[in-house]
Amino acid sequence: MSGILSYEFMQNAIMIGIMASIVCGVIGPFVVARRMVFISGGLSHTAFGGLGIAYWLGIHPLFGATAFVLASAVLIARMEEKKLKQNDLFIGILWAVGVAIGIIFIHLTPGYAPDLMTFLFGNILTVPRTDVLITLLLVLIVTVAVLAFYRGFVAIALDEEYAQARRLPVASLKMGLMLLTAVSIVTLIQVVGILLVIALLTIPVAIASELSGNFRRIMLLSVLCGIITCLTGLLISYFIEFPSGASIILIGGVLLGLVRGVKRISARRKSPRPAEAR
Amino acid sequence: MEPLITIEHVTYGYEERPVLDDVSLTIAQGDFILVIGPNGGGKTTLVKLILGIMTPWSGAIRLRGDVGRRLGYVPQFANFNRNFPISVFDMVLMGCLNAENYLRRYTHEDREKAGAILAKLGLYDRKGANITDLSGGQLQRVLIARALVSDPLALFLDEPTTSMDITSQSGLLELLTELQTRMSIVVVTHDPTPYAQTYRHIACLNRELHYHERGELDSLTLERVYGCPVELLGHGIPHTLLPGHGSAEERP
Repeated sequence: MSGILSYEFMQNAIMIGIMASIVCGVIGPFVVARRMVFISGGLSHTAFGGLGIAYWLGIHPLFGATAFVLASAVLIARMEEKKLKQNDLFIGILWAVGVAIGIIFIHLTPGYAPDLMTFLFGNILTVPRTDVLITLLLVLIVTVAVLAFYRGFVAIALDEEYAQARRLPVASLKMGLMLLTAVSIVTLIQVVGILLVIALLTIPVAIASELSGNFRRIMLLSVLCGIITCLTGLLISYFIEFPSGASIILIGGVLLGLVRGVKRISARRKSPRPAEAR
Repeated sequence: MEPLITIEHVTYGYEERPVLDDVSLTIAQGDFILVIGPNGGGKTTLVKLILGIMTPWSGAIRLRGDVGRRLGYVPQFANFNRNFPISVFDMVLMGCLNAENYLRRYTHEDREKAGAILAKLGLYDRKGANITDLSGGQLQRVLIARALVSDPLALFLDEPTTSMDITSQSGLLELLTELQTRMSIVVVTHDPTPYAQTYRHIACLNRELHYHERGELDSLTLERVYGCPVELLGHGIPHTLLPGHGSAEERP
């Protein structure tokens, strides 16, 4: 067991897994509370457009993805400010156009077709050391920002109008949360890929919400659930060569089912039906 | 004495359609104003404009110098995230937040004030409870506590009795009567009956605003506001909200 820790790729994978879990716990509960799950799906898919252009230009794909996701986040936040009736329509279009741009530019890139599967489905075992360092920086930014603006973010997640009435800078807070979500998504794409990012933003939060009704505790528990699912998925991927992203998500799904099941059984024991009580 | 809040010729709408048209209103110290009118008549919109949640298309809303941000708001349940995992105490503390202090920790004073207000509203033993586990009446009191923690000079309540049973309703009315000695109160409602004994003025709102002193409202004005004949409520003394209209309208 200790042998596998000596491989650099394994060290990188564990570090990325832990950092992704921190992001899950720090930003995920806000995404869920503000009903930004669909927006997150859209943001992660626009990353594909950035990846395509980065390949075509021959620059680091992570830069292309970051630029695209951040730009899309600004666009979505601006659209929300205009209070359009059908914001989801716009997000759906952005989602598809992002993917289309990626496909076209990858088609245009001459010669060797890059390993697209890695970006679509993620591969935690192949993340290079430089990406680990970039991710570390991104995770630090997200964590420090969320801790600093914690009360403001809770205020807009709980009651946006009240925050406005209290003269909090609601528009800036919303833009900030959107940008931090974008940065988080870039981190998570490396672990589970574009298609599965939504799962990492929601499953750990769903498990944590089953276990606690306190927002801070939900954040901490989400980090913990993230670490459990990421590292278990990583081991499965290493030992039986399953795809890592999908393994992580399925472990998360199973864990959620288990927690819900145990909760339901223990609730039934605590309050037996009248017939059994006699 | 200068009124607390002066609303002058305010017009506002959504997209192209105005929901408030040339609305003027003054709210004085110690006022108890009922804002009534049909659904979609702009009642909630007017309150949101006064609170600065939205900016009017035209016209002005002026606050007396010392009011600043000392306006309390008790929104409808539909207007905030009821499923948010937060305790009663933390929810009330959020009422202390403003543009200057939201990056800092809550002070000892904030916490003491939140505790004192919860105790006053009979919710101190529920302070650790999650807001999702509260009854409608309890949640309503939590929202009032959140509004009171910032020592407001005016308190705005949007349909506060909607999800309350009769007991909670009379509790709320007692509280409002007591608060009225310290602050102006504006209640938005489609059902003015519970406030019959407490209100001082009525503002009828359906795009346009009609203002009435206590006891001067009649069925003709209501008809103009609601756009159809409206039967006035008369439950006899002491619950007569509005004056009588001759023997033809008397109830058996």
